Amino acid sequence: MNVPRYWRSERTRYGLVGEICRSCGKPIFPPRDVCPHCTDEGQDVHPFGGKGQVYSFSTVYDAPAGYTEYQPYTVALIKLDEGPLVTAQLTDVDNEAVHIGMPVEMVTRKIKEEGENGLIIYGYKFRPVLESKSSRPDRF
Amino acid sequence: MKPLREVGIIGYGAYIPRYRLPAAEVARVWTEGHAGLPVEEKSVPGLDEDTATIAIEAARNALARGGIAAQSIRAVWVGSESHPYAVKPTSTIVAEAIGATPQVSAADWEFACKAGTEALQAAIALVGSGMTDFAMAIGADTAQGRPGDALEYTTAAGGAAYIIGPREHSLAYLEGSYSYVTDTPDFFRRPYQHYPEHGGRFTGQPAYFKHITHAVEALLQELGYTPGDFAAAVFHQPNTKFPQRVAQMLGFSKEQIRVGLLAPKIGNTYAASSLLGLTAVLDEAKPGDRILLASFGSGAGSDAFSFVVTDLIQERQRLAPTTQAYIARRKPVDYALYVRYRRKLQMH
Repeated sequence: MNVPRYWRSERTRYGLVGEICRSCGKPIFPPRDVCPHCTDEGQDVHPFGGKGQVYSFSTVYDAPAGYTEYQPYTVALIKLDEGPLVTAQLTDVDNEAVHIGMPVEMVTRKIKEEGENGLIIYGYKFRPVLESKSSRPDRF
Repeated sequence: MKPLREVGIIGYGAYIPRYRLPAAEVARVWTEGHAGLPVEEKSVPGLDEDTATIAIEAARNALARGGIAAQSIRAVWVGSESHPYAVKPTSTIVAEAIGATPQVSAADWEFACKAGTEALQAAIALVGSGMTDFAMAIGADTAQGRPGDALEYTTAAGGAAYIIGPREHSLAYLEGSYSYVTDTPDFFRRPYQHYPEHGGRFTGQPAYFKHITHAVEALLQELGYTPGDFAAAVFHQPNTKFPQRVAQMLGFSKEQIRVGLLAPKIGNTYAASSLLGLTAVLDEAKPGDRILLASFGSGAGSDAFSFVVTDLIQERQRLAPTTQAYIARRKPVDYALYVRYRRKLQMH
């Protein structure tokens, strides 16, 4: 069981919780011991807003073990509004509709399951920003 | 029933998955199209969705509307009949994800389709007793129907979350509630069984209709109201016909149930069903509107509530996606994709 490993990063994964460097004030994700911008060590916990844009992406048709159930899926680099680049799966999207600059938002989803008897791993993914007003429905 | 301290809904949030299975697809596969369709289509969860993820998004929407810090919530209660684990609470995952841990009470509730309103009754009592200021009650499900069974047309997925708090901060305050419960085994699922059993027509008169009518009639009598006093009414929605018929039996008009009747477009979202009807009504409600909510859970029972909308509704309605926005976000799937998404394929 990899329970402690997953448990340790739960907060980061469930809610996109990173840090702000106390020295240079820059946002950091994922959390690190040393600031990648100024190399200082003091950071404060900072939940990110969850909005960003697709910076680059690739669709996976031959997924690694543990993820085959979800293939094909698109993995993207997301440029968060606060600055950091995050690697994450996209969800609730047609793979052919993904494009650079696409506005996306964070959702918490199932990442994988450790087999039928094992832990269910949840974490952040990104989906196209939900329009708050009704749009024309697709046809079947 | 009414708590000593006046309480109400501070924030509410909906969530409905993106995928839809038209009922005609089930009829095509199992009856060559020769079947009456109880709904137009139902919502289907994606491969990476379950009751926990559905509850998390509904809870985040409720927090956005409530405008309170997650740390001020002292209870996170999730009602469902499809918790992802047999042993391990869904509510701890939700509480952690929304940032409400660790000074919080968390538990999962079970009572078929009324697990969510049972959690709501408890949240009302917890805040109403003065033990805490804010408590969250969630109804969420990814319901199962046996392939080819009548339930397969309707068993859907969705979630709705409510933050209960003091009346003075509420967007709708509670006038009273009532619960009516008997041991009526109209629908059940034994341990380790994937699909539930149901009593067919027995789920109607002695179960759904009896429990809802008794709960609602007793609540109206307690409060001294008639159906005409309500701007809107929401009943549990196992299909399109049942809520329409029970409304008629109780003397509510088609117009009163129109906005909250979501089953034709999303199916039966179980513990979320009546609670999602209420989020849809609140999305369009005006100050002063009196709203009736009546759930039904097999086994069996009904919880009935009367809420009155306050002036705070208008500034909070648009702080999160509306129920109709989720319904409009719609990707139809055929029966084959549905079978894959719901893991009905034997892979080994």
